[in-house]
Formats: sequence, C-alpha cells, structure tokens
Amino acid sequence: MPLDVNFLVGGEAGQGIQTIGFVLGKTMARGGLHVFTDQDYESRIRGGHNFFRVRVKDEEVKAHNEKLDILIALNKETVELHKNDMKENGIVILDGQALKMDAGTPGFVDVPLEKLAVEAAENKIMSNSVAVGAVLGLVGYDFEILADVLRWHFAKNTEKIQEDNVRAARAGYDYAAERIPKGFTKISRAASDGKRMFINGNEALSLGAMAAGCKFLAAYPMTPTTPILEFMADKGRDYNIAVLQPEDEIAAINMIVGAAYTGVRTMTATSGSGFALMVEGIGLAGITETPIVVVLGERAGPAVGLPTRTEQGELLFAIRTGTGEFPRAVMTPATAEDAFYLTAKAFNLAEKYQTPVIILTDTHLANSYNDVSKFDLKQIKIDRGALLTNAEAVKLTDYKRHQVTESGVSPRALPMQSRALVVTDSDEHDEYGHMTESAEIRTRQVIKRLKKYSGLKSEMGQPRFHEMPDAELTLIGWGSTYGAIKEASEMLKKEGAANNVLHFSEVWPFPVETVAPILQNSRKSIVIENNATGQFAHLIRGETGHKVSGTINKFDGRPISPSFILNELRKGVV
Amino acid sequence: MVRASEQPALTVQDYLSPVENQWCPGCGNFGILRAVKKALAELKLEPHQVLFVSGIGQAGKFPHYLKCNLLNELHGRALPAAVAAKIVNPELTVIAVGGDGDGYGEGGNHFLNAMLRNVNITYLVHDNQVYGLTKGQASPTSDRGFVTKTTPTGAWEPINPMALAIACNASFIARSYSANTEHLVKMVKMAIQHKGFSLVDIFQPCVTYNKVNTYQFYQTHLYKLDDEEGYDPTDRIAAFNKSLEWGEKIPIGLFYRAERPVFEENLQAARGEPLVKQKLDPMKFETLLDEYI
Repeated sequence: MPLDVNFLVGGEAGQGIQTIGFVLGKTMARGGLHVFTDQDYESRIRGGHNFFRVRVKDEEVKAHNEKLDILIALNKETVELHKNDMKENGIVILDGQALKMDAGTPGFVDVPLEKLAVEAAENKIMSNSVAVGAVLGLVGYDFEILADVLRWHFAKNTEKIQEDNVRAARAGYDYAAERIPKGFTKISRAASDGKRMFINGNEALSLGAMAAGCKFLAAYPMTPTTPILEFMADKGRDYNIAVLQPEDEIAAINMIVGAAYTGVRTMTATSGSGFALMVEGIGLAGITETPIVVVLGERAGPAVGLPTRTEQGELLFAIRTGTGEFPRAVMTPATAEDAFYLTAKAFNLAEKYQTPVIILTDTHLANSYNDVSKFDLKQIKIDRGALLTNAEAVKLTDYKRHQVTESGVSPRALPMQSRALVVTDSDEHDEYGHMTESAEIRTRQVIKRLKKYSGLKSEMGQPRFHEMPDAELTLIGWGSTYGAIKEASEMLKKEGAANNVLHFSEVWPFPVETVAPILQNSRKSIVIENNATGQFAHLIRGETGHKVSGTINKFDGRPISPSFILNELRKGVV
Repeated sequence: MVRASEQPALTVQDYLSPVENQWCPGCGNFGILRAVKKALAELKLEPHQVLFVSGIGQAGKFPHYLKCNLLNELHGRALPAAVAAKIVNPELTVIAVGGDGDGYGEGGNHFLNAMLRNVNITYLVHDNQVYGLTKGQASPTSDRGFVTKTTPTGAWEPINPMALAIACNASFIARSYSANTEHLVKMVKMAIQHKGFSLVDIFQPCVTYNKVNTYQFYQTHLYKLDDEEGYDPTDRIAAFNKSLEWGEKIPIGLFYRAERPVFEENLQAARGEPLVKQKLDPMKFETLLDEYI
C-alpha cells in the first residue's frame, strides 16, 4: 500500500512546535520521502493554539490532509481539539506527567518528554528533540538521518548543544521504539538519495529574487511575507543586496521605484493592507515606466482580518490595482518551485516591459514546506530588455526616456551612465519625460504604455491543464490551491469520475485564447477558491464570457484540502 | 571620466532647461532656481552628475526648469526615492526638492526617518507657508491664525521644521531665503558638500496666496546667524533655542551641523562597487541552494 502518513504537532505559541514540525519534515525529506507541511498559528507570541502538520508520502505530495496518524500533543488542548481528526489506529504522543493527563487511554503513547530530556541532556528545553525522536521511534525510521538533521539544524550553536539534542532525540527514539503499538505503520527511508530541497514558499521566492539579481529590497514587516525581508536582510550581506526596513509601506514602494529608476533590480514584499498603501506607488512605476516587483502575500482580510491566516481575497485587487490605467503582470505561484522560477521571471518581465509585476502568494504557500528538486540556476536567464549598455548610452544624443516605439518599450538609459539625462515624471509627460498637458501627447503616451500588453501577453505561461478523456467536470483554480485540486481530481478519478484540472500560475494578462476553447468544451466547470466571492470565476466571465457551472469557496482563513473539495462536490452544492 | 578640475568652468547657462516655466510672475521660486544653478556651477557639478527627486506642488516642478536627471515623484514621496537612489549609486549627487506641504505634511513620516537615517543627500524645501498648486489652502507651516478657504477661523499650530530637524539630530540643518541669492547659494553649496542628510528650508514668498509672509515681511524680520557673535552650530541646545525664535526676529543660516555615521556606509551591500554597476550572476547562488538540501 502506498505510504501516506500524517503528523500534527500542536501546542501553545512558544513551545517549539515549528522546530519539531520542521525537523520531522526535513528528516523525512532527507530520507528521500516526499513531504508537505502546513502551519496554523494565531497572532500571538505566547499561548493560544498553534499547530504544524507534516504529511509524508512515497510519491509526490503538494497538499495537506486533515486525518492524522500521529498527534504530538504538547498541551491538553491539542488533544481536545484534534481527537476527532485521528484516523482509526492513530496515536497520540504526550507527556502524561507534564500535562497531568491519564495516559492510559487507548491510542495514547505516554512519553515522559521532559524527564527524558533532563536525563539525556540535563535540559528540559531538549524535550522537543525527545518528541521528534519518539515519533521516529514509533515508525521505526532511520535514527541517523534525524541525528544529522539535528546537527545541521543547530549548526550555529555549540557542538555540545548539537550533541545534547541528538542524545535527547535518541532517548525519545529508544523509549518509543519499545512501545510501538501492534501493526503500526512503519516508515522506511526511500531508495532515492534525498538530495532534494526542503523549502517553503517564502524562501523559494526569496531565492528566486536573489538569483534574478534583485539588488535592493525595501519592505515593512507584515505577515505572511516578513520572512522574505528577514531572509534577504540576512543573506543579502553575503550577496551584496541592499535590504532596508523603512518607516512604512509607502516609503518601501517609493524606495524601490527610486532604486529601480537609478538602475538596479528591486522588490518589495507585503500583504493586503500594506499593498493598499503601495497602490499609488505602483501607479507611479506604471507611468514612469519603472521596473519593479511587488510581492503581495495574501492573508484573510479585510483590514487586519485574520492576520496569520490564509485567503485568496486579493486577486482582483492585484489585477486591477492602481490609479488610472497602465500595464502590469500578475503571477500566482502554485508551488515552491513556481515561487522560485516565476519570481525570477517577474524580474525579467518587469525590465523588458518597464512596468510593475506583482507576485500574488498567500499565507498557505508562504509557510508550507515541500520537498522539491534542486532549483536549476541555469534556467535563470537575466534579460534586462531595452536597458542600454554603457557603450550604447554614451552615443546618445537628444535622449528621450519615454520615446514612442512600436513595442511601447523605450530604450532605457540610467542616470550617470553617460551624459544623457534621464527624466521621468509622475505627471503625464512628453517623450523627454517633462510634464505636459497636451491632449495629443497624453493620448500617444497612454497608447504607448498599453501597447506593452501585447508583448507581455506573448510571454505569459499557459495554465496547467490535466486532461482526461470523457471528463464530466473541469476543476479550476489558481495559486496555492493547485496541490489540493490536483489531488482531489485524482481521488475523483479513482472513484470513476473522469475530470480535468485547469490551474493558473500566471493570471494576468489573462490567457484568453487558451482558456476560452477549454471552457467551451467543458461539460461542467467548477472554480475552487480560497475566497468568498469567487473572484476568479468573475475574471473568467469578464475575459472569456464563459459562465462557470459553479464555485467552491472557503473563506474561514484555513487552506483548502483535497477532502474539503470532495466533500463540497458530494454535498451537491455545485 | 573627465575630472572636475580639467573641465571648463560651468555657468548657470549650462543648466538652462527648454521647459516653459509655469510659476506666477514674482514667485519666490525663481530666486531658488537661480541660486541652485549657481551653486551647482560653482561646485562644478555637471547636469548628468546630479539627480533631482521632486514631489508634487509648485516646488515639485522645480527640476523641470533645470537641466538634470529627474525623477518627479508623487506628492510627499521624494525622500524615500532619493534615499534609495543614493544607496544604489553613491556616485550621483542626489537632491530632493519639494514644498512645505509636500515635505512636512504629506511626507512628514519620510522627513523624520530620512533625518534619522542620515543618507548622504540634500533636501531643499521651498517653504512658502501656503499651498500654491491647489490655490491657497493652509500648509503645515502656515502661521497660527492664517485664514484660508479651508481654515476660515485661522490655521492651527504650525510645524517647526528647524526644531523638528534638531530633535531628529539631522546632521545639517539650515534655513535661507529665496531673495537673498548670496546666502542661499552659500547654504545650498554647504548642504551639498555636507556628508550626510542636509536640510535647507527656504523661505519663499508666494505672491499670489500668502499676503502675510511677503517679501516685505522677510526683509523686515530676517537676520543672519552668521552675524550673531559666538553662535556655535555644533551646539545642539543653542540650535534648538534658535529654532524657537519666531516673531520680531527670525534667524536664517546654518542652525546645526553634526558628524554622524552615514547610513549607506553601514549597509554592507552598499560599501563596495556601486550596486548599479554590479554584475548579475545567477550561478553564484549554487551553494546557497545547497543549504536547503
């Protein structure tokens, strides 16, 4: 039987849930297994209920699952909240003494986490490593992989701390190994070498930006994209990337416009409310034809909403953003791989078309770890479009930054690259960049800017289309829901219901020519979105005239899972 | 590149712009334009070596009337863009320019933080104590009681940009007057030559909408700190006391100067070759990717 085991680590904020979950996932991935994790936490630093879910399979996995095989409960509440999620033979690991709980209950495995930690490493804090060890002991996994991962995870600490953690994990491992319930699932390392990256969406996106040559990032901390700012502030020191935390999002967007105008590749990252503050600046990039990349990590709005939770509520906000009209592209990465490659692509598009590119992610993608093939840097080609070389720039006479051209893209010189003056304006301007009130010039400049859409359109990647013969149904989605929709589709197929999946990672400009015929040939089309109003269904209607048969929406701040989709379909809602 | 000393002398003619000027006849801005051209020429800064970043308002149009690189920004947002431009290319002389409404109102938060950050740029504020482009509303520096269409019972408490700058420990704080070309040229030159953030607040009579703070008003009330015996612009407390003077006598000149570390030199990435000149090479991230395996 194929392997599909689901773990959940739950407890209060500050108990080390993320460490346990991450180390567990990483250890499985290092052993060549496939792993998808997701996180659920509250907007607080201590207390509350948080969890980290780790799903392990022996084939590719891109979605989470609610039903649990092993629950690691760091507090009583976790048991209460998740007992109904347990599979029939599921196991709850807990420290009965520490939690003052009767560990004699069937399905409970009592592991004295704190006691073992103190015995093995003279430190209660190491109980997290005891917990990971215990989990792996129960499933009989190769301990040495865990030992290596712990040493790697604590590499910045002293060797003593590393080895104390390994000893603590060993104690948990050995303790649990003697208490394996009869017939409990075993997990063995895979035959493959495990040389895959274990990475979340935020990290993959940051690496994509760095590989693409981002040299300046200004961002104001905001969940879920704060880790991008932190990551690049840290790594930027080694790779010459200027990273700034300015006074607000308005400063951030105007800073990246200033840096991009001067000549470097730039990016900012925020969430919906921060993006709202940036909107005027995005229009500025539009009219001054300045290439910028803006990451909008959606969370559940409006306003502050559910700040640590996921949603897809800003699709139309991103696509329609700005005052006035100007071209832009919107990427909606579905996976960590997409987050890397599409971010790199976004930098090329921004420079080739001298206009803003928005990368629309969400909390679910940002925080979910997944194992992926090592990103291929050879695929990252830097294309700076009409940016002039120094040799070309020195030959300029009578330079016009906003010269009207066939493609709408003007040759781009940089200040001080030569004697040519680079003039641009947030006001409507003539070809030189000086402000104008002329109706004719205004009309020419608007047409020039919007012309860039035809080039942009030709560059947009096509949606993923998984077609089955005699499909009764086409499941449609965009962004982080891909894994869940794809898995739901496969489950449906197993039940005998042939279906297609049509999924978008690049939504704007909308690929009308590809999509319209697919939709016309679909018997029934269902759009699945993490929002309440079906924004993508509206977009499809607006762009193709096709009215979809129905929508499945989830807007409780939690991500869409395969079983949620199946349940909704079964309810006959659609 | 040609070194400054080998170049023929520059004159104000070298900064002539082909753009038609839209300011009202008699506007104080003309004096600022004249003085800035003169300052640039005297500093031997050629048009292509200078980047002006301006906001919106009558002052925001300023760089269009001058030959230079120009990013005419949004209302209130010149400073963040100017700061970033300097960080990625420190070889550029970066001058932000705007009015009192643009810089002290709409862009107030950026003003505070630009002073704290101390990036090596110059900020010229055309301070006419009124909104010109939107036709005569009260501005952040309008005197208390200043009656306009939006403040029929008189403007409320004005901002004191000098005091604010001293509180933020801005490293160069000066005030000048558009009709005193000699003084203004001196202040602008000192500001550009100062290493760190330099503020020059420039009184500039609005002949159309401000009937209080007129040429006459300034001629009567202004005096030069240079003429004040024993004034020490490195004494922050003394500078703060001067900044509170408003009434019969209003000081212009260098209020305060401090040696402070410059932000960009503390930014590891911006220390070596200017970021704009660095080669982009995806392959150098190979080892970083390996950290995720």
